[in-house]
Amino acid sequence: MAFENWSAFWAMGGYALYVWASYAITALALGLTLLQPLRRRKALFAELQRQRRRSAGEAMATVPTSTEKYEQR
Amino acid sequence: MWSFFYKLASPKWFYELAGKLLPWFAIGAAMSFALGGIWGLAFSPPDYQQGDSVRIMYIHVPAAILSLSVYTFMAITAIIGLVWKIKLAHMVSANAAPIGAAFTAIALATGSLWGRPMWGTWWEWDARLTSELILLFLYFGVMALRNAIDERTTADKAAGLLAVVGVVNVPIIHYSVEWWNTLHQGSSITSLARIAKPAIHADMLWPLLLMILAFKLFFVTVLLMRTRNEVLDRERRSAWVGELLETRDGV
Repeated sequence: MAFENWSAFWAMGGYALYVWASYAITALALGLTLLQPLRRRKALFAELQRQRRRSAGEAMATVPTSTEKYEQR
Repeated sequence: MWSFFYKLASPKWFYELAGKLLPWFAIGAAMSFALGGIWGLAFSPPDYQQGDSVRIMYIHVPAAILSLSVYTFMAITAIIGLVWKIKLAHMVSANAAPIGAAFTAIALATGSLWGRPMWGTWWEWDARLTSELILLFLYFGVMALRNAIDERTTADKAAGLLAVVGVVNVPIIHYSVEWWNTLHQGSSITSLARIAKPAIHADMLWPLLLMILAFKLFFVTVLLMRTRNEVLDRERRSAWVGELLETRDGV
Protein backbone atom coordinates (compact mmCIF):
# COMPACT_ATOMS: atom_id res chain seq x y z
CA MET A 1 0.00 0.00 0.00
CA ALA A 2 1.34 3.39 -1.03
CA PHE A 3 -0.75 5.21 1.60
CA GLU A 4 -0.59 5.32 5.40
CA ASN A 5 -4.37 5.20 5.91
CA TRP A 6 -7.72 5.61 4.16
CA SER A 7 -7.91 9.38 4.52
CA ALA A 8 -4.48 9.69 2.88
CA PHE A 9 -5.76 7.44 0.10
CA TRP A 10 -8.80 9.65 -0.53
CA ALA A 11 -6.66 12.81 -0.33
CA MET A 12 -4.31 11.52 -3.10
CA GLY A 13 -1.46 13.70 -1.84
CA GLY A 14 -3.46 16.85 -2.52
CA TYR A 15 -4.50 15.80 -6.04
CA ALA A 16 -7.83 14.28 -4.98
CA LEU A 17 -9.92 16.47 -7.29
CA TYR A 18 -7.88 15.64 -10.40
CA VAL A 19 -7.35 11.94 -9.73
CA TRP A 20 -10.90 11.12 -8.65
CA ALA A 21 -12.49 13.25 -11.36
CA SER A 22 -10.38 11.39 -13.94
CA TYR A 23 -11.45 7.99 -12.65
CA ALA A 24 -15.09 9.07 -12.32
CA ILE A 25 -15.24 10.39 -15.89
CA THR A 26 -13.60 7.23 -17.19
CA ALA A 27 -16.01 4.98 -15.29
CA LEU A 28 -18.96 7.01 -16.58
CA ALA A 29 -17.78 6.96 -20.20
CA LEU A 30 -17.00 3.24 -20.17
CA GLY A 31 -20.28 2.51 -18.37
CA LEU A 32 -22.32 4.33 -21.00
CA THR A 33 -20.34 2.65 -23.80
CA LEU A 34 -21.21 -0.74 -22.30
CA LEU A 35 -24.83 0.10 -21.51
CA GLN A 36 -25.70 1.26 -25.03
CA PRO A 37 -25.40 -2.15 -26.80
CA LEU A 38 -27.09 -3.90 -23.84
CA ARG A 39 -30.15 -1.67 -24.14
CA ARG A 40 -30.06 -1.89 -27.94
CA ARG A 41 -30.09 -5.69 -27.75
CA LYS A 42 -33.11 -5.69 -25.46
CA ALA A 43 -35.03 -3.25 -27.65
CA LEU A 44 -34.07 -5.11 -30.83
CA PHE A 45 -35.25 -8.47 -29.52
CA ALA A 46 -38.53 -6.95 -28.36
CA GLU A 47 -39.03 -5.36 -31.79
CA LEU A 48 -38.17 -8.55 -33.70
CA GLN A 49 -40.46 -10.66 -31.50
CA ARG A 50 -43.32 -8.20 -32.04
CA GLN A 51 -42.70 -8.33 -35.76
CA ARG A 52 -42.66 -12.11 -35.74
CA ARG A 53 -45.92 -12.33 -33.78
CA ARG A 54 -47.57 -9.85 -36.07
CA SER A 55 -46.64 -11.80 -39.19
CA ALA A 56 -47.67 -15.04 -37.45
CA GLY A 57 -50.98 -13.39 -36.57
CA GLU A 58 -51.52 -12.31 -40.15
CA ALA A 59 -50.77 -15.80 -41.42
CA MET A 60 -53.25 -17.20 -38.94
CA ALA A 61 -55.95 -14.70 -39.82
CA THR A 62 -55.94 -15.94 -43.41
CA VAL A 63 -56.31 -19.54 -42.27
CA PRO A 64 -59.62 -20.37 -40.50
CA THR A 65 -58.70 -21.10 -36.93
CA SER A 66 -60.26 -20.80 -33.49
CA THR A 67 -60.14 -17.34 -31.96
CA GLU A 68 -59.10 -18.96 -28.70
CA LYS A 69 -55.84 -20.09 -30.20
CA TYR A 70 -55.38 -16.66 -31.72
CA GLU A 71 -55.82 -14.93 -28.38
CA GLN A 72 -53.29 -17.14 -26.70
CA ARG A 73 -50.52 -15.48 -28.66
CA MET B 1 -7.49 -20.37 -45.26
CA TRP B 2 -9.88 -18.68 -47.67
CA SER B 3 -12.77 -20.92 -46.70
CA PHE B 4 -12.20 -19.94 -43.07
CA PHE B 5 -12.14 -16.29 -44.12
CA TYR B 6 -15.48 -16.53 -45.88
CA LYS B 7 -17.03 -18.64 -43.15
CA LEU B 8 -16.08 -15.94 -40.65
CA ALA B 9 -17.68 -13.39 -42.92
CA SER B 10 -20.98 -15.26 -42.76
CA PRO B 11 -23.24 -13.32 -40.38
CA LYS B 12 -24.78 -16.39 -38.73
CA TRP B 13 -21.42 -17.98 -38.01
CA PHE B 14 -20.07 -14.71 -36.64
CA TYR B 15 -23.13 -14.19 -34.44
CA GLU B 16 -22.76 -17.61 -32.83
CA LEU B 17 -18.98 -17.55 -32.43
CA ALA B 18 -19.03 -14.00 -31.00
CA GLY B 19 -21.74 -15.06 -28.57
CA LYS B 20 -19.56 -17.89 -27.28
CA LEU B 21 -16.44 -15.74 -26.95
CA LEU B 22 -18.13 -12.70 -25.42
CA PRO B 23 -18.35 -13.85 -21.77
CA TRP B 24 -14.63 -14.65 -21.69
CA PHE B 25 -13.61 -11.24 -22.98
CA ALA B 26 -16.04 -9.61 -20.54
CA ILE B 27 -14.70 -11.55 -17.55
CA GLY B 28 -11.12 -10.81 -18.61
CA ALA B 29 -11.88 -7.11 -18.94
CA ALA B 30 -13.60 -6.92 -15.55
CA MET B 31 -10.75 -8.77 -13.83
CA SER B 32 -7.97 -6.72 -15.36
CA PHE B 33 -9.83 -3.47 -14.68
CA ALA B 34 -10.24 -4.45 -11.02
CA LEU B 35 -6.67 -5.65 -10.58
CA GLY B 36 -5.02 -2.87 -12.59
CA GLY B 37 -7.22 -0.18 -11.06
CA ILE B 38 -6.57 -1.17 -7.46
CA TRP B 39 -2.86 -1.66 -8.15
CA GLY B 40 -2.54 1.70 -9.87
CA LEU B 41 -4.61 3.67 -7.37
CA ALA B 42 -3.46 2.18 -4.09
CA PHE B 43 -0.27 0.11 -4.45
CA SER B 44 1.91 1.66 -7.14
CA PRO B 45 4.36 4.27 -5.84
CA PRO B 46 3.81 8.03 -6.19
CA ASP B 47 6.02 9.77 -8.75
CA TYR B 48 9.06 11.63 -7.35
CA GLN B 49 8.00 14.78 -9.19
CA GLN B 50 4.28 14.41 -9.83
CA GLY B 51 3.28 12.82 -6.53
CA ASP B 52 -0.04 10.99 -6.59
CA SER B 53 -1.31 12.82 -9.69
CA VAL B 54 0.69 10.24 -11.67
CA ARG B 55 -2.12 7.76 -10.94
CA ILE B 56 -4.10 9.43 -13.72
CA MET B 57 -1.58 7.77 -16.06
CA TYR B 58 -3.17 4.34 -15.51
CA ILE B 59 -6.28 5.43 -17.39
CA HIS B 60 -4.94 8.27 -19.55
CA VAL B 61 -2.19 6.26 -21.27
CA PRO B 62 -4.29 3.12 -22.04
CA ALA B 63 -7.17 5.28 -23.35
CA ALA B 64 -4.78 7.27 -25.55
CA ILE B 65 -2.97 4.19 -26.90
CA LEU B 66 -6.27 2.46 -27.65
CA SER B 67 -7.72 5.59 -29.27
CA LEU B 68 -5.02 5.17 -31.92
CA SER B 69 -5.07 1.39 -32.29
CA VAL B 70 -8.89 1.33 -32.50
CA TYR B 71 -8.73 3.88 -35.31
CA THR B 72 -6.10 1.80 -37.13
CA PHE B 73 -8.27 -1.29 -36.65
CA MET B 74 -11.29 0.60 -37.98
CA ALA B 75 -9.34 1.66 -41.09
CA ILE B 76 -8.00 -1.85 -41.76
CA THR B 77 -11.42 -3.49 -41.44
CA ALA B 78 -12.85 -0.75 -43.69
CA ILE B 79 -10.23 -1.59 -46.35
CA ILE B 80 -11.16 -5.29 -46.10
CA GLY B 81 -14.80 -4.32 -46.52
CA LEU B 82 -14.11 -2.04 -49.47
CA VAL B 83 -11.75 -4.40 -51.33
CA TRP B 84 -13.52 -7.73 -50.82
CA LYS B 85 -17.02 -6.23 -50.46
CA ILE B 86 -17.60 -8.02 -47.16
CA LYS B 87 -20.57 -6.55 -45.31
CA LEU B 88 -19.47 -7.95 -41.97
CA ALA B 89 -16.12 -6.14 -42.22
CA HIS B 90 -17.98 -2.84 -42.64
CA MET B 91 -20.16 -3.63 -39.65
CA VAL B 92 -17.14 -4.42 -37.48
CA SER B 93 -15.40 -1.28 -38.72
CA ALA B 94 -18.31 1.07 -38.10
CA ASN B 95 -19.09 -0.38 -34.68
CA ALA B 96 -15.53 0.26 -33.54
CA ALA B 97 -16.06 4.01 -34.03
CA PRO B 98 -18.19 4.86 -30.96
CA ILE B 99 -15.86 2.86 -28.70
CA GLY B 100 -12.82 4.61 -30.17
CA ALA B 101 -14.54 7.95 -29.72
CA ALA B 102 -15.18 7.15 -26.05
CA PHE B 103 -11.51 6.25 -25.55
CA THR B 104 -10.42 9.46 -27.28
CA ALA B 105 -12.77 11.53 -25.11
CA ILE B 106 -11.39 9.80 -21.99
CA ALA B 107 -7.80 10.48 -23.11
CA LEU B 108 -8.61 14.17 -23.69
CA ALA B 109 -10.56 14.64 -20.44
CA THR B 110 -8.06 12.85 -18.19
CA GLY B 111 -5.20 14.59 -19.99
CA SER B 112 -6.80 17.91 -19.20
CA LEU B 113 -7.29 16.93 -15.55
CA TRP B 114 -3.66 15.84 -15.40
CA GLY B 115 -2.37 18.89 -17.27
CA ARG B 116 -4.02 21.39 -14.94
CA PRO B 117 -1.93 20.51 -11.82
CA MET B 118 1.24 19.51 -13.73
CA TRP B 119 1.48 22.03 -16.57
CA GLY B 120 -0.70 24.73 -15.05
CA THR B 121 -3.19 24.64 -17.92
CA TRP B 122 -6.28 22.62 -18.85
CA TRP B 123 -5.52 22.87 -22.55
CA GLU B 124 -2.72 23.88 -24.88
CA TRP B 125 -2.89 23.96 -28.67
CA ASP B 126 0.23 21.87 -29.03
CA ALA B 127 0.68 19.23 -31.73
CA ARG B 128 -0.18 16.19 -29.57
CA LEU B 129 -3.33 17.63 -28.04
CA THR B 130 -4.60 19.19 -31.25
CA SER B 131 -4.08 16.05 -33.35
CA GLU B 132 -5.83 13.95 -30.69
CA LEU B 133 -8.80 16.35 -30.79
CA ILE B 134 -8.90 15.95 -34.59
CA LEU B 135 -9.02 12.19 -34.01
CA LEU B 136 -12.19 12.64 -31.93
CA PHE B 137 -13.78 14.62 -34.78
CA LEU B 138 -12.75 11.93 -37.27
CA TYR B 139 -14.55 9.31 -35.18
CA PHE B 140 -17.62 11.54 -35.00
CA GLY B 141 -17.39 12.11 -38.75
CA VAL B 142 -17.37 8.38 -39.54
CA MET B 143 -20.35 7.80 -37.22
CA ALA B 144 -22.34 10.75 -38.57
CA LEU B 145 -21.65 9.94 -42.22
CA ARG B 146 -22.79 6.34 -41.83
CA ASN B 147 -25.96 7.43 -40.03
CA ALA B 148 -26.75 10.10 -42.58
CA ILE B 149 -27.00 7.76 -45.58
CA ASP B 150 -30.05 5.52 -45.77
CA GLU B 151 -28.83 3.10 -48.38
CA ARG B 152 -26.63 0.69 -46.47
CA THR B 153 -24.08 -0.24 -49.13
CA THR B 154 -23.46 3.44 -49.90
CA ALA B 155 -23.28 4.30 -46.19
CA ASP B 156 -20.72 1.53 -45.64
CA LYS B 157 -18.59 2.69 -48.56
CA ALA B 158 -18.66 6.38 -47.61
CA ALA B 159 -17.90 5.81 -43.92
CA GLY B 160 -15.23 3.26 -44.82
CA LEU B 161 -13.53 5.69 -47.18
CA LEU B 162 -13.51 8.44 -44.56
CA ALA B 163 -12.05 6.01 -42.01
CA VAL B 164 -9.27 5.05 -44.45
CA VAL B 165 -8.43 8.64 -45.43
CA GLY B 166 -8.39 9.77 -41.79
CA VAL B 167 -5.79 7.18 -40.85
CA VAL B 168 -3.04 9.64 -41.91
CA ASN B 169 -3.72 11.36 -38.59
CA VAL B 170 -2.61 8.29 -36.60
CA PRO B 171 1.16 8.53 -37.28
CA ILE B 172 0.91 12.31 -36.86
CA ILE B 173 -0.44 11.83 -33.32
CA HIS B 174 2.06 9.10 -32.52
CA TYR B 175 5.14 11.01 -33.69
CA SER B 176 3.89 14.50 -32.75
CA VAL B 177 5.94 14.44 -29.55
CA GLU B 178 9.10 13.73 -31.56
CA TRP B 179 8.48 15.93 -34.62
CA TRP B 180 7.39 19.03 -32.73
CA ASN B 181 8.46 20.63 -29.52
CA THR B 182 5.32 19.82 -27.58
CA LEU B 183 4.29 20.56 -24.02
CA HIS B 184 3.24 16.91 -23.91
CA GLN B 185 6.05 14.59 -22.84
CA GLY B 186 7.66 11.97 -25.06
CA SER B 187 6.78 8.31 -25.07
CA SER B 188 7.85 6.16 -22.13
CA ILE B 189 6.86 2.74 -23.43
CA THR B 190 5.72 2.67 -27.05
CA SER B 191 8.56 4.22 -29.06
CA LEU B 192 10.95 1.76 -30.71
CA ALA B 193 13.88 2.70 -28.49
CA ARG B 194 11.80 2.15 -25.37
CA ILE B 195 10.22 -1.23 -25.96
CA ALA B 196 13.20 -3.24 -24.72
CA LYS B 197 14.01 -0.79 -21.94
CA PRO B 198 10.94 1.16 -20.81
CA ALA B 199 11.60 4.54 -19.20
CA ILE B 200 9.34 3.65 -16.31
CA HIS B 201 9.82 1.62 -13.16
CA ALA B 202 8.40 -1.92 -13.03
CA ASP B 203 6.13 -0.97 -10.07
CA MET B 204 4.37 1.45 -12.42
CA LEU B 205 4.77 -0.52 -15.64
CA TRP B 206 2.87 -3.62 -14.47
CA PRO B 207 -0.38 -1.90 -13.42
CA LEU B 208 -0.12 0.19 -16.59
CA LEU B 209 0.17 -2.91 -18.79
CA LEU B 210 -2.76 -4.48 -16.93
CA MET B 211 -4.89 -1.41 -17.62
CA ILE B 212 -3.89 -1.46 -21.30
CA LEU B 213 -5.01 -5.10 -21.41
CA ALA B 214 -8.26 -4.14 -19.64
CA PHE B 215 -9.04 -1.44 -22.21
CA LYS B 216 -8.26 -3.86 -25.06
CA LEU B 217 -10.53 -6.58 -23.67
CA PHE B 218 -13.23 -3.99 -23.01
CA PHE B 219 -12.96 -2.87 -26.64
CA VAL B 220 -13.33 -6.43 -27.96
CA THR B 221 -16.28 -7.10 -25.62
CA VAL B 222 -18.26 -4.03 -26.63
CA LEU B 223 -17.30 -4.41 -30.30
CA LEU B 224 -18.68 -7.97 -30.36
CA MET B 225 -21.86 -6.86 -28.56
CA ARG B 226 -22.45 -3.98 -30.96
CA THR B 227 -21.68 -5.97 -34.10
CA ARG B 228 -23.94 -8.85 -33.00
CA ASN B 229 -26.78 -6.35 -32.61
CA GLU B 230 -26.23 -4.99 -36.08
CA VAL B 231 -25.96 -8.48 -37.62
CA LEU B 232 -29.29 -9.35 -36.04
CA ASP B 233 -30.87 -6.13 -37.25
CA ARG B 234 -29.66 -6.54 -40.84
CA GLU B 235 -30.45 -10.25 -41.02
CA ARG B 236 -33.89 -9.94 -39.45
CA ARG B 237 -35.62 -11.51 -42.46
CA SER B 238 -33.31 -14.49 -42.73
CA ALA B 239 -34.30 -18.00 -41.69
CA TRP B 240 -31.69 -18.36 -38.96
CA VAL B 241 -32.86 -15.22 -37.14
CA GLY B 242 -36.42 -16.59 -37.34
CA GLU B 243 -35.27 -19.82 -35.68
CA LEU B 244 -33.35 -17.86 -33.08
CA LEU B 245 -36.46 -15.84 -32.19
CA GLU B 246 -38.47 -19.06 -32.04
CA THR B 247 -36.17 -20.58 -29.43
CA ARG B 248 -35.88 -17.29 -27.53
CA ASP B 249 -39.63 -16.69 -27.43
CA GLY B 250 -40.64 -14.30 -24.69
CA VAL B 251 -37.13 -13.01 -24.07
